[in-house]
Amino acid sequence: MPDKPGSRSSGFDRRAFMAGAAGSALIPITARAASEDARAPAAQDPSLPVEVTLRVNGKDKRLSIDARTTVLDALREHLKLTGSKKGCDHGQCGACTVLIDDRRVVSCLTLALAAEGQEITTVEGLATDDRLHPMQQAFIDNDAFQCGYCTPGQIMSAIACVKEGHAGSEADIREYMSGNICRCAAYPNIVAAVKQAAPEIMKG
Amino acid sequence: MRPFSYQRATDPGMAVQALGGAAAANEPLTKAAAQPLAGGTTLIDLMKLDVMRPTAIVDIGPLAHAWSAIAPGGDGLRLGALAKMSDVAAHAEIQRSYPVIADSLKLAASAQLRNMATLGGNVMQRTRCNYFRDVSYENCNKRNPGSGCAAMDGVNRMHAVLGTSDQCIATYPGDFAQALIALDAMVEITGKAGTRSMPFAQLHKAPGSTPDIETVLQPGELISAFSIQGRWPRSVYLKARDRQSYEFALSSAAIALDVQDGTIRDARVALGGVATVPWRAREAEALLKGQKFDDGLAQRVADAAFAEAKGRRHNSFKIALGKRVVARALQQAVTMEI
Repeated sequence: MPDKPGSRSSGFDRRAFMAGAAGSALIPITARAASEDARAPAAQDPSLPVEVTLRVNGKDKRLSIDARTTVLDALREHLKLTGSKKGCDHGQCGACTVLIDDRRVVSCLTLALAAEGQEITTVEGLATDDRLHPMQQAFIDNDAFQCGYCTPGQIMSAIACVKEGHAGSEADIREYMSGNICRCAAYPNIVAAVKQAAPEIMKG
Repeated sequence: MRPFSYQRATDPGMAVQALGGAAAANEPLTKAAAQPLAGGTTLIDLMKLDVMRPTAIVDIGPLAHAWSAIAPGGDGLRLGALAKMSDVAAHAEIQRSYPVIADSLKLAASAQLRNMATLGGNVMQRTRCNYFRDVSYENCNKRNPGSGCAAMDGVNRMHAVLGTSDQCIATYPGDFAQALIALDAMVEITGKAGTRSMPFAQLHKAPGSTPDIETVLQPGELISAFSIQGRWPRSVYLKARDRQSYEFALSSAAIALDVQDGTIRDARVALGGVATVPWRAREAEALLKGQKFDDGLAQRVADAAFAEAKGRRHNSFKIALGKRVVARALQQAVTMEI
């Protein structure tokens, strides 16, 4: 994983990068100089970890991370919340879908730093006590998965799909769930699960 | 991903300064050391692929409070550059008065990406040319100026047939831009000297001999808004693609018509998926004005739209497909109930 947080000591050679990118080597210094203006916040030294507080499933989590860390890697590698899955890591498969401020997004293309101050909800935050969220229960009831790898992303996306008002017909469900790929092709059962859970979710 | 410094811009002046201050003279925007982060769906993706290598990220997300208006009014429409694609697509008045805009946004990407991506970032998205996105291909004039074009004689099924040059045939991949260019939108640009407006049609630059220069924007300039005069209820966006959903266009058409008593008084035709930049087919429009619609006219208009098209080994099908898309979109626009 080229962007694995904290990988600097295990192979990344900053000196080689600076030498290899002679044209841009001065830029970080210039950028910092610009940021010394009283109006601009300091741009951090890219070689140092940054402090960030993420609000995940209702709890504040303080992290010290590489600025390159995505929300997905922060969840999986730093907070040990491995429900959100890394499929393509390029925003194409939907396995990493989480809710940020109640909107579904792909966490692999969201920088953790940019998500500070927002409410992140993952699949781990859905169940209450020993009761599954209606969408989780509907996936079980409808056998809406085989290997299960895409399932947390499907469930997060499906909850948002219902709340957006895009679960009114099977055609709508298919269209608005197209950002979640299922390699096992459990699609008909996923559509059935979304249909089943929709009324209960809309009831609140 | 290479290391970068991150800072959040809380007002436009700060963003402009942070983005422009780091820029070297004559540096194309695509190679600028400091890049703005809005939705991140293009930038973070291309940074992971090592195609884009900024050393400073300026997060302009906090500017959304000032730059995300969706404001249809009596004499036109203003859209903030940081409005999210999903919010604009779902807006009832946009659906009613500008269906070509709502549909171009709704038919793009996935629900998740539309929740993230902004209008300004959408029009600035980079091509999906595989030879551009995969750095293991050395020959890409867009990525490495002067290195050649691997697509020219490569697998170029997805590539452009209009606006190409002998340096680059990469397709402009977006949808929304075709709606903007069809409706004569203006784009508002905020930079060091304040805010200026210009026709959206002047934003993108055909590849010519400098495919690495994609727009007229300079480092330190940001798109802050789009505006459109009038209402265009009789307008459609038709998109043909390899899958029914969540795929880039093979060919698309943005059509807007003003029809009174069966006569076409004004007509706008823009093409997507087939050109290197958002493409306005003015010759096609000229054939429509003052005419009554029939299938023969649709065919002549479609032929005119692609009169200058040049296919290569794998993408010539786009010319035949594109003509059918134009003809069908015209039919839909003429017959839609408004």
